[in-house]
Amino acid sequence: MVKTNVAAASALRVHEVRKSFPVPDAPGTTRLALDGISFAVAAGGLVSLVGPSGCGKSTLLRLAAGLDFPDAGELLVGEEKIAGPSAERGLVFQDPNLFPWLTVRRNIEAGLVARGVLREKRNEVDEFMRLVGLEAFRDAYPHHLSGGMAQRVALARALINHPKVLLLDEPLGALDAFTRMRMQDEVLRLWQARRTTMLLVTHDIDEAIYMSDRIVIMTPRPGRIEQIIPVKMDRPRDRSSPDFLSLRSDILQTMHFAGGSLAGNGT
Amino acid sequence: MLLFWEILGVSIILAIAQRFWPALRQWMRHMWPIFTAAILSIGVLDVITLGFHLLPLPYFPGPAAVLRNLISDRALLLDSTWHSLVLLLSGYTLGVIVGLISGVCIGWSTSVRYWGMPLLKVVGPIPATAWIPLAMVVSPSAIVSAAGLVALAVWFPVTMLTASGISNTRASYLDVARTLGAGRGYLIFRVAIPAAVPSIFIGLFMGLGASFLTLVVAESVGVKSGLGWYVSWAQGWAEYGKVFAALVIMAAFFSTVMTLLFKLRDRVLVWQKGIIKW
Repeated sequence: MVKTNVAAASALRVHEVRKSFPVPDAPGTTRLALDGISFAVAAGGLVSLVGPSGCGKSTLLRLAAGLDFPDAGELLVGEEKIAGPSAERGLVFQDPNLFPWLTVRRNIEAGLVARGVLREKRNEVDEFMRLVGLEAFRDAYPHHLSGGMAQRVALARALINHPKVLLLDEPLGALDAFTRMRMQDEVLRLWQARRTTMLLVTHDIDEAIYMSDRIVIMTPRPGRIEQIIPVKMDRPRDRSSPDFLSLRSDILQTMHFAGGSLAGNGT
Repeated sequence: MLLFWEILGVSIILAIAQRFWPALRQWMRHMWPIFTAAILSIGVLDVITLGFHLLPLPYFPGPAAVLRNLISDRALLLDSTWHSLVLLLSGYTLGVIVGLISGVCIGWSTSVRYWGMPLLKVVGPIPATAWIPLAMVVSPSAIVSAAGLVALAVWFPVTMLTASGISNTRASYLDVARTLGAGRGYLIFRVAIPAAVPSIFIGLFMGLGASFLTLVVAESVGVKSGLGWYVSWAQGWAEYGKVFAALVIMAAFFSTVMTLLFKLRDRVLVWQKGIIKW
């Protein structure tokens, strides 16, 4: 499938993380966003973070990306403490955030240019465009792409750096149901091909069950871990199998008792 | 009479040329109402000025007189246009370069913004032409001071719009770039500046308008060459045909420069095509 060297995957560990933010309306006060968060994603594993809006899922992901720092506790990739953003940890948002002034090809190249290694690794660009099936759109600008295509470019752009960890912040949240299911398979295919450690934030329970090894369920205000549920089904998973459905109802029950509103759109 | 032959001649040449040149034909098909209107208004102007003497002479010579002046004084007009062009380009280029640098610094760095923004807000809005008395004292030559004034006029809008474009760069673009391994150089030159280019071009257009104004004023008071000087010189001799001839040249000259800037924008911002309407 992919001939490029697969980066040695590393475990991502989150240890007793706490994070608060100043409240804009009341100067001097802070609001606790994350409290006592501890969990781990095994090397090459895929873990989902599920929870209602305001539970700090995206905050946690920003901490893991190194774009923000915890007040207490630490986050580690392998044995290394996360001290800032790095190409070792790729990040894909719900909005693909492609650079609109660059063509598809140049967007995918961006990581190589940023690290100053484009010359040596130029041949990989074609491979990653093939990997996400976008060779035909190499010279198109992002606004010509559909949502699913743009998100595939964003995935390729993040993967070209061979990150040890890929952080996904509701990457499929803006897609329609059918595109979304296709893209779930796509992400799984990329994950299986590359064995990158992945942490996926989602508010879609089906997506979490369909994709992940383990599901971390969070509760809001302040964000805490309610439960960590292992998913022990073989892939590819059948979305309508009894196991799938019973796990789904377990999780719904857990979240309901946790007091989270499932109607929330999630952030 | 000359004007009549001229219009007729051009029309005949175009009529023949369009038979062999489809692109020209396409263009003419699109433009003919405007041509017609232009010829008609020249005719109306002719009737008003020469026919019925509705406008006082010598201030409003007819179109034919203007054309005669255009032709008879072509050497001086060409020379004046050339001087204006040199002055405009040197001043504009200088203003744009300095404006881009100061705009990027103010837009990117919070400490430069803290100190630079108040200065920009206080000094910037002063019309560049208001500095003329000072510029004439300070500078060794009138040409240099005029170029400096044009640069000053361009500098303000370019700085302002560049700074606002840079500081409004979407935070998520910068976040994504950081997780791709970008350092400060990449963030500034490959993310913030490209993201600011639409805004920068607005500054370039505003600066161009300001530079035309400043150029003409500076030429008519200090510099002894250029179209601005030509107009005030011709006025001094009450040669209003020449004044209008210079205005015709200015219209063609400035709109050509403007069109070139539009063309440049269309090239640079080709990625916007389909997002916004031009």
